[in-house]
Amino acid sequence: MFKLIVLSLLFCFNAHAELRATGDLGVVIERAKGSALIINTSKKNILAKIPSLGDLSHASVVFSRDQRYAFIFGRDGGLTKIDLLKDKVAKRIIQAGNSIGGAISQDGKLIAVSNYTPGGIKIFSAETLELVADIPAEYGDKQLSKVVGLVDAPNNRFVFSLFDAGEIWVVSIKAPKKPDIRKYKNIGKQPYDALLTPDGRYYIAGLFGERGLALLDLWDAEAEIKRILPDYGKNDEKLPVYKMPHLEGWAVAGDFMLIPAVGQHEVLVIDKRKWTLVKRIPVIGQPVFVMARPDGREIWVNFAFPDNQNIQIIDAKELAVVKSLIPGKVVLHMEFTPRGEQVWVSVRDDNQLIIYETENHQELKRLPAEKPSGIFFSSRAHKMGL
Amino acid sequence: MKYLIIALVFSASAMASEPDKLRQQELRNMLAHDCGSCHGLTLKGGLGPSLLAENLVNKDDQFLVHTILEGRKGTAMPPWKPFITEQEAFWLVKKLLK
Repeated sequence: MFKLIVLSLLFCFNAHAELRATGDLGVVIERAKGSALIINTSKKNILAKIPSLGDLSHASVVFSRDQRYAFIFGRDGGLTKIDLLKDKVAKRIIQAGNSIGGAISQDGKLIAVSNYTPGGIKIFSAETLELVADIPAEYGDKQLSKVVGLVDAPNNRFVFSLFDAGEIWVVSIKAPKKPDIRKYKNIGKQPYDALLTPDGRYYIAGLFGERGLALLDLWDAEAEIKRILPDYGKNDEKLPVYKMPHLEGWAVAGDFMLIPAVGQHEVLVIDKRKWTLVKRIPVIGQPVFVMARPDGREIWVNFAFPDNQNIQIIDAKELAVVKSLIPGKVVLHMEFTPRGEQVWVSVRDDNQLIIYETENHQELKRLPAEKPSGIFFSSRAHKMGL
Repeated sequence: MKYLIIALVFSASAMASEPDKLRQQELRNMLAHDCGSCHGLTLKGGLGPSLLAENLVNKDDQFLVHTILEGRKGTAMPPWKPFITEQEAFWLVKKLLK
């Protein structure tokens, strides 16, 4: 009898030992297979693989504020809520035909998805994934625009850009069933992506159809769109762009902000007090992601085809490339751990995740993954605009 | 003899119109992942239009080949000429239309 009690007590302890916290977890997209890996950045291992998530060829992920759930936005309009504690799908819907990304509201209650077809955004309950609001991106003569650069902003707002219409819309969702929409027109041709500054103040859309970026000050209700860097590289030949750059996060070093140029093999340094161009840093190819380490000390850059085997590292003090790495065939994404001691890199055609130590740029470990693309850590749960 | 030579020339050019197996593999990978970054992995469309056969059948082959090689001004489609030969572009178009 005693033996049995001891045994059952042991089982209880064992059950406790399997408790899982989620603050150091992340999700890696396997784009070709339509699956996602749940990973642990402290143990540097893969915990689980979640299959059958549809077309994840352009997928992004946001996290619930309790960091238990990951919401995956798939290319095919799929919206999947993954339970990171149970390694399984909590709920999955197909909400549109062709979709590009999403955001979670400031209060964590709503999920917004930006769609190409039908062009617009849809807003869902984060808990049940029930539709709360449908906002078609209508412009001109009842046309629908593809929507890009969707972010959450303070005061429970969503902000996004209309690629075909050249507009920025700010949606206030205090009464989600009756969203209040403010439209900014003529912001520039073909905004391709956008970012929100970490303080939630500035929304900046990059333009593909013309030079420069469109800036909106969300602190100023009367603000108009301000065009910044309208002239950069105007005397240089525009080089072909084989993959659209992404504006994700905000690479900041002191008063400087670093963004990818479009059609120039450069990273642009902007003085964010005056919104003027400080420097053009030459790099090896068309930059795609320009990501600052969380402490802002260095900025890691990856590239479009045909230079996508490379990463270059810019030092924030020198504002120059100080190191070049060749992780392998087709580097798609990079994600820093919350305090930036490691960075995880996805190398698509080599089917690898490579983890680097950022202090010395040495490889720490490799993990197998099938055609990995986006890497998203749960620390994003507490960052605006991500 | 003349006929034989003509026949040989024809078959040689027919063979030359197909990229070799290794290159076909590279082109297929390029189509799925690099073209796919705008047109979608399944080619259903994204920022760029759908490349499914039903959307291409009414377009002239030569126009499609030209679009691949030279790109389209005023859109995000870049010229792929530095990386793809005309013969390879034809092969891609045939593959897309299948």
